[in-house]
Amino acid sequence: MATQPVDASLEMGHSLPPQKRRSGAKLKLRNTLIGWTFILPNFIGFAVLTMIPIITLFYMSLTNWNIFGQSNWMGLDNYGRLFHDSSFHTAMRNTLFYAAIHIPLTLAASLGLAILLNRKMRGVALFRTVAFFPFITSIVAIAAVWNMMFSPELGVINQFLMWLGIENPPGWTTSTDWSMPAILIVQTWRFMGYYMLLFLAGLQTVPTELHEAARMDGAGAWQRFRNVTMPCLRPVTFFVTVMCTINALRVFDLVLVMTEGGPGQSTLVLTQYIWQLAFVRQPSNFGYAAAVSVVLFAMSMVVTIIQFVVNKRREA
Amino acid sequence: MTVGDTKLKTVSLRTFAYVAVALASVGLLLPFAWMIISSLKHNNDVFTMPIQWIPDPWVFENYVSIFTRTDMPIWIKNTLIISVVVTFLQVFTGSFAAYGFARMRFPGRDVLFLAYVGTIAVPWQSYMIPQFVMLNNMGLGNTRWAIIALQAFGAFGVFLMKSYFESIPTSLNEAARIDGLSEYGIWRRIMLPLSVPAIASLTLLTFVSAWNDFLGPMLYLRDRSLWTIQIGLRTFIQQFSAEHAMIMTGAVLSVLPIAVLFFAGQKYFVEGIATTGVKG
Repeated sequence: MATQPVDASLEMGHSLPPQKRRSGAKLKLRNTLIGWTFILPNFIGFAVLTMIPIITLFYMSLTNWNIFGQSNWMGLDNYGRLFHDSSFHTAMRNTLFYAAIHIPLTLAASLGLAILLNRKMRGVALFRTVAFFPFITSIVAIAAVWNMMFSPELGVINQFLMWLGIENPPGWTTSTDWSMPAILIVQTWRFMGYYMLLFLAGLQTVPTELHEAARMDGAGAWQRFRNVTMPCLRPVTFFVTVMCTINALRVFDLVLVMTEGGPGQSTLVLTQYIWQLAFVRQPSNFGYAAAVSVVLFAMSMVVTIIQFVVNKRREA
Repeated sequence: MTVGDTKLKTVSLRTFAYVAVALASVGLLLPFAWMIISSLKHNNDVFTMPIQWIPDPWVFENYVSIFTRTDMPIWIKNTLIISVVVTFLQVFTGSFAAYGFARMRFPGRDVLFLAYVGTIAVPWQSYMIPQFVMLNNMGLGNTRWAIIALQAFGAFGVFLMKSYFESIPTSLNEAARIDGLSEYGIWRRIMLPLSVPAIASLTLLTFVSAWNDFLGPMLYLRDRSLWTIQIGLRTFIQQFSAEHAMIMTGAVLSVLPIAVLFFAGQKYFVEGIATTGVKG
């Protein structure tokens, strides 16, 4: 009984009668229609809110569009202006500086924690949960608390530093030199628990036999870490680095709430500069802001393409 | 190396691990502890030298007066409306589209999915301006609908549900088809009931990110009567920067619902984020 359907389908494959072939085309059309109805409710929103705006962005960057919707064609003038705009240069420098510190710092902190926690210990489960919590807490609340903790005179952090014997603790968010480090500290605090979870998942995949074998061969803890753990963690490390980079490029809300880019322009980042050009500065210039946006867009695309290429190569 | 040496080394490593984890926990929790402690003080007691770790006296009035001194009830109501609608739409459209991507074969499907993937890395700030112009032209500026639209159709939900659907054996689909169930029937009667963990993850993560959203409301909502808790709190901080205790009370209230959800469903949070590695 079980063989009958198989035979029937084999026969059909040999000589499809005309009606059967037509119904195949019909089936394809039917599947296409059904497939689209599944995707459509989400796709309409996705197209209107994400795809069309991204396409419009490029056109907008070639005009001097303003908040009232008036626009003239500017060609590449907006892009030329970028070369002489010192605020843009500051924002770019700050964003790159932020990324250059945030990425290694967060990687080191989260990987270090993951390695510490990757053993049988009392309270590990609780700690994992707690470590993840800052990641889902609202930026406004986080910024409010940290701003108070960073308060130069009576804040928790400076009182602690003075207790340690440091006589002139930094002014943090009130100082042009220390406002960026303050933001970096908060961001590392926010993200490290989340990346730690990803690293912990990666550590579970490291075969214990490899560690045992290396130990037999007399490899010390550091050697085992370098030659056994790290190679096994390479995919996770790569993924975390990409995520960190993307998040570094889009850092904005925390900066906006904690320092508003200040003092001066010491924490002005690209995303915030776009915001300022479009919605804060008078007269607003959507066209020029769009040109800065295109630069940000291109930067994040480069990161994504690198990720894609490296992943492909690994699969090959 | 003798056995005793190795043992000593293990013990000291273990002690080091405990100390390091304890320090890290303090660092992670201190801001939250400080938030709660300060919300239970008078304004003058928040910044003291030395720090007052236990409120003296305990002040609970802040939690009462914040509801009369600010528009807190309105903020909470607005945030709830937005978060619930966003979550419903995201879960529905996300899982529906995921079924199309995971189980239907039709021309253009893979290109379309690539477009979804491509936008994941694009920062919202890079296209917020054309989006703002468009939503305003559609008459949605200064309405809740703008915020709902902004959040409800993210690619995140599609990813999460698609990867979960793909872990369900296709033989179930075929069996259901033979039994005469339509594709929509399969989605509703088979795929959804089997995907409860993924749906829970998506629900929690979407609700949290809608609750915490700050930039969208700041850009679109001008009427005070439409403000969400984040935007209300932020404005309160700007206007009454010396009311430290009250600010911390507001912060606690804005974090509290998230904390409750998080501890009730922590498993789903962790799984959801680990599956896709991205947040909405």
